[in-house]
Amino acid sequence: MTAPLANTPAARERDLVAALKEAAFAGLVTFGLCIPIIAWGTRQNMDNVLVLDPRWDAVAWAVAIVFVGRFLVALRQQGAADRKSLVRFLPHGTFAFFQRHSRTFSAIGLGFLVTFPIIAINLAGWGGALKWIDNFGIQILIYVMLGWGLNIVVGLAGLLDLGYVAFYAVGAYSYALLAKNFGLSFWILLPLSGILAAFWGMLLGFPVLRLRGDYLAIVTLAFGEIIRLVLINWVDFSGGYAGISGIPRPSFFGIPFNANDDGFAAVFGLEFSPLYRTIFLYYLILALALLTAFVTLRLRRLPVGRAWEALREDEIACRSLGINTTNTKLTAFSIGAMFGGFAGAFFSARQGFISPESFVFMESAIILAIVVLGGMGSLWGCAIAAVAMIGGTELLRELDWLKQVFGNDFDPTKYRMLIFGLAMVVIMIWKPRGLISTREPTAFLKEKKAISSDMVQEGHG
Amino acid sequence: MEVFLQQLINGLTLGSIYGLIAIGYTMVFGIIGMVNFAHGDVFMLSAFIALIFFMLIASWFGAGLIVLALIVVLVLAMFFTSLWSWTIERVAYRPLRGSFRLAPLISAIGMSIFLMNFVQVVQGPRNKSTPPMLNKSITLIESTTYAVQISYKQIVIIATTAVLLAIFWYIVQKTSLGRAQRACEQDRKMAALLGIDVDRTISITFVMGAALAAVAGVMYLVLYGVVSFHDGFIPGVKAFTAAVLGGIGSLPGAVIGGLLIGLIEVMWSAYFTIDYKDVAAFCILAIVLVFMPSGLLGRPEVEKV
Repeated sequence: MTAPLANTPAARERDLVAALKEAAFAGLVTFGLCIPIIAWGTRQNMDNVLVLDPRWDAVAWAVAIVFVGRFLVALRQQGAADRKSLVRFLPHGTFAFFQRHSRTFSAIGLGFLVTFPIIAINLAGWGGALKWIDNFGIQILIYVMLGWGLNIVVGLAGLLDLGYVAFYAVGAYSYALLAKNFGLSFWILLPLSGILAAFWGMLLGFPVLRLRGDYLAIVTLAFGEIIRLVLINWVDFSGGYAGISGIPRPSFFGIPFNANDDGFAAVFGLEFSPLYRTIFLYYLILALALLTAFVTLRLRRLPVGRAWEALREDEIACRSLGINTTNTKLTAFSIGAMFGGFAGAFFSARQGFISPESFVFMESAIILAIVVLGGMGSLWGCAIAAVAMIGGTELLRELDWLKQVFGNDFDPTKYRMLIFGLAMVVIMIWKPRGLISTREPTAFLKEKKAISSDMVQEGHG
Repeated sequence: MEVFLQQLINGLTLGSIYGLIAIGYTMVFGIIGMVNFAHGDVFMLSAFIALIFFMLIASWFGAGLIVLALIVVLVLAMFFTSLWSWTIERVAYRPLRGSFRLAPLISAIGMSIFLMNFVQVVQGPRNKSTPPMLNKSITLIESTTYAVQISYKQIVIIATTAVLLAIFWYIVQKTSLGRAQRACEQDRKMAALLGIDVDRTISITFVMGAALAAVAGVMYLVLYGVVSFHDGFIPGVKAFTAAVLGGIGSLPGAVIGGLLIGLIEVMWSAYFTIDYKDVAAFCILAIVLVFMPSGLLGRPEVEKV
């Protein structure tokens, strides 16, 4: 058996030299990037004058890390020229396996979500569970719900919406203002907020739906910003930057969560604990998220859902087949907005305080990132992406032990959004179609066969 | 009348900054059909780079020759910002070329988040202000109640913009590089078949866009004297509005759009209310896109099946 050519010593040496060259180039570029933005830090001194702090050690670290990293990657790439992908985390057929047993996995996932508060209480105790249920459970589920809501617009109908947070804000402010000024209950206002958000979706949708692709994205971004700026500047209406505080909290079908005699704990004969409200909120957002998923799954089987998916694949074909594209887009826009409104009402009821700061463009970008990173149109993908991105960044708050490594000034939460942005880029390069990128056909003959969306030709729209 | 003249000068100054950023958007969109979301943050980054170089020069040589310092800073900022933009294109956008439509946009949004937070981490979250420079001004018209003034800053900004635009115009229209760019814009595949290195041309487009954004960044710093890590987003969106208003893909359109947006913003603040000036800019974006999707100088999009 003859040895492959690449294994001869001369060839290996050549590879090494080439890899070193690559690495040296990358290191040089990094050095250029670090000047001057890392090499000198600006700082206000005691007299409030800007002074420069040289930080050449940080530059040296950055260059060294990039040099070594690029060297290793270059070496691997040369060895793996004929191998298909650099890293294979999962064996072949994993996704197909998950797909075949998706019902079982859905049941397992659902079971875990329903029992999550109990698990958290048992593992972390009554004091520690609050953090897990609130910061992880509720926070992630809000984003899962928003992701599923936006998924209707972006994933199913293929309309790129960068201003989804506007509808979230409409829902939140509807609940806050109506509950504070008119004293209406949460259970009346929840559907009302959704309906108001849906109307706003239609209102904003009407003028812009002739646009397509990136233009639509930018106009929706502009609308999102307009709503936020109006909320900031119309102080009489929304309280401006100060926001609205003291928003009534939801009650357990009329029984408030407080320490009084008619409170939840007293009525059910339990010892008072703030955890009950959190657990109730957890189940509430779980129910809302599941409602979103259920409606999405059902709508996909209705004519309107099929029209959405057809629209995503090819708008011109849709029009020539007599589908009213304006109505189809408007329904997608307003139904997506409605779920944003529900989530917004829940958000303001949970926080008890809202301000325009919660509805910045970054939120829209995060929600859109969840939808696209998960694989457009895939409910599972959205959920996984939300857990990874939101849960992952929340986990950074827990990394206090890193302080022992890097010293006490090191604050991992500072790097939260930095890593989030980088993760978006890396996932897109690794899997441009998102984590779960299969398209399940809604209409099929005899047997449903899911195909990878890499095979789907992209139409206009 | 005097108020109007004064606002005209202010608006043109602001508009030239928007116009310089808008060129980066319009060129990249023209050549690869993608909204380079990180461009606004590249602009912000360049303002930081300029700030640090200004301070270095001031501490090494003193603050004597401000004009010379300005030129040196301008060149350095253009170089280092271009390097950033080149790297971003190489790392975040090139692997996604030919991928599906949303992938580069998401990557660009991720890059924008990254850049913003990167600057926040390495330079701190507070506003950074420079000592005031070029503070003198010339009085053009003086009436009993109002004096129309043009400051040295404004002269420098408008003059630099005009000179750089002329150079840039020459590059795009007269050199082989510009010809390659225009060819790639019309038909990338055909250009590649005719022996144009498309990847290199696209890289150079990013570099040129970033160099002009760096000029805008330096001018922004000179004009306002203060910069912070989130200063990239709003000017970025406004510059994109300018590019759309002028007709995306059209270079003179981007400049005209930038000047118009600057004028509208300044006039709105002067005659109506300053609170809603950003709302006005965004409304213009929506109105233009809805009623005039190809902008002032753009070509209408032809739909082929």
